[in-house]
Amino acid sequence: MKHTDTSHDFGEQEPGTAQVIPITAARRRSAGGAGKADVEDRLADLLAFLRRRVAGEYEVDEFGFDPELNDKVLLELIRPLYRHWFRVETLGLENVPDEAGALVVANHSGTVPVDALMLQVALHDDHPAHRPLRLLGADLVYQLPVLGHLSRKSGHTLACPEDADRLMRKGELVGVFPEGFKGVGKPFAERYKLQRFGRGGFVASAIRAQVPIIPCSIVGAEEIYPKIGNLRSIARLFGLPYVPITPLFPWLGPLGLLPLPSKWMIQFGEPVRTDEFDPEEADDPMLVFNLTDQVRELVQQQLNRLRLQRGHAFPPFF
Amino acid sequence: MTHTVLVTGVSRHIGARVAGVLAADPDIDRVIGVDTVPPSSLTRGGGGVALGRMEFVRVDLRSPDIAQVIAAADIDTVVHMSLVSAPSKSAGRTYMKEHNVIGTMQLLAACQRSATVRKVVVRSTTAVYGSSSHDPAVFTEDAEPIEVANSGYAKDATEVEAYVRGFARRRPDVSVSALRFANFMGPGVDSPLTRYFAQPVLPTVLGFDPRLQFVHEDDGVEVLRRFAVEDHPGIFNVAGDGVMLLSQCVRRSGRPTVPVPSTAFRVIGDLARGVGRVDFSPEQIALMSYGRAVDSARLVEELDWRPKLTTAAAFDDFLQSRGLFGGMPLTVIDWLATVWGGGMKR
Repeated sequence: MKHTDTSHDFGEQEPGTAQVIPITAARRRSAGGAGKADVEDRLADLLAFLRRRVAGEYEVDEFGFDPELNDKVLLELIRPLYRHWFRVETLGLENVPDEAGALVVANHSGTVPVDALMLQVALHDDHPAHRPLRLLGADLVYQLPVLGHLSRKSGHTLACPEDADRLMRKGELVGVFPEGFKGVGKPFAERYKLQRFGRGGFVASAIRAQVPIIPCSIVGAEEIYPKIGNLRSIARLFGLPYVPITPLFPWLGPLGLLPLPSKWMIQFGEPVRTDEFDPEEADDPMLVFNLTDQVRELVQQQLNRLRLQRGHAFPPFF
Repeated sequence: MTHTVLVTGVSRHIGARVAGVLAADPDIDRVIGVDTVPPSSLTRGGGGVALGRMEFVRVDLRSPDIAQVIAAADIDTVVHMSLVSAPSKSAGRTYMKEHNVIGTMQLLAACQRSATVRKVVVRSTTAVYGSSSHDPAVFTEDAEPIEVANSGYAKDATEVEAYVRGFARRRPDVSVSALRFANFMGPGVDSPLTRYFAQPVLPTVLGFDPRLQFVHEDDGVEVLRRFAVEDHPGIFNVAGDGVMLLSQCVRRSGRPTVPVPSTAFRVIGDLARGVGRVDFSPEQIALMSYGRAVDSARLVEELDWRPKLTTAAAFDDFLQSRGLFGGMPLTVIDWLATVWGGGMKR
């Protein structure tokens, strides 16, 4: 009896299950290129997205990374800047692995760290595997309201050995700007000159996790806010590293906040292998210093070549 | 192997549940529960958690009486859960501190004298790691807090752990475990955080969205049971998998929020403490600003077991038990979907 019961059940279910076709796909097929159905699809997607967001039915990772919010909202806001304002071109993306962990080491510039955002868009949109970049940020970012949690939602975390090790062990693509504030806040006269590379903690982390280091050079960020002076007393008042004076700021008020539309290029160089070393060798300061210097030299050379290749910062004028 | 178990803090929900589970274990001869007040199931008869054959002894842990209980009953396993996480309306912070710290000192002093005790399990909290913008995103057991807690529950727990470490050093023959639990969540849990989520309007710190982590009460009880009947010395984090953002928790609960600047939060905190329902202590505000997540990989490996409910599932269970679910905005979206969806079907 039991046996016939189950077979009967299957007999009833099968035609039903066989007919299940995803609603959006079915609609697309029946519409046959009609614009109206397309609009309805998008509306349905938008409503589904809104429902997930409002109901809290999404997942964030342990660092607070919210992939959906990052892709659909945060990156969407800066994409016009990437595509149309800075017209960013990427080179050497094949040097960034599709899945495995890696450490991208880039030069930092531009007075306001817009280069971090552009690097993030480059790897997410232009890389075939759409890799989210997990940047290691200054602790100032995480003290500030709004910026702190947006940065976490966008996938970034505090630059500390624990977080760096953890991300690399998980096979994430980690990004770091070893120059820190020295790089991003340097005067316009020193553009495209790499500053000192911190204490090389990022190299030690890469050796511990046995992930390759990818030297990355960003050309174009130096010209967006040419820093020709520093309002030291105001910076001290607000506990900021600097308050820049640029040709437009603070003279033009809020209009001075507009970045100049320089032409950008981002190049990823050939990976430097760290798996030739023993993970324990991360504790050897001499090795770490040497490898740090080597990576810094690679970034600087690639930067010089890329700057020549780009030519004028504001083509076709100057 | 285990014969007589002493459980402290049985008047509280988790303590009572652990005592009940141990009392139901046929391998355990006796379960003795102690606390300053009797558990609710004994006073109100029938209500509260079933304690089975647990014997209750009313002892103020701050007094040396506990030594007599331990000596009289030949206790071999001590499960110490008598940690108060927030000052009560009537007794205040001084009582809380004495209860937590002096109580633990008295208990450990009695254990050190005892010839029969061979296992001590102490409930601690992930609050010992603190919450700040300088901390790593995920704490492991070896992490040292960057800012040492100087107030409240976190300070008590840090001091309790220090005494536990001292005890472990002096009695190397005793198996000593400290369990750092994330915030408990579940139908029966009454903590500052569950009271927070039960409010009609939730104040949040303006410009901050912390990561929170929960452990379901069922999983917490199971971990404590395993530690009471097996030997697992050391310090372990206990948390459900994954994290949730406060904004996400709030959306799932469907409650409205009021973002408040952190300075004003402190003032509200003082007012709220006067009313006595919700606790906005400085450590609570730090948690509400920077959040905290821990790695419980060490526990998973040691027990070869993983908490059954994730952080999100534990929170959903809590919401369900309180009848909380997505409110107005969700209804509006569902209504829009039916209106437009109906139009689409033609």
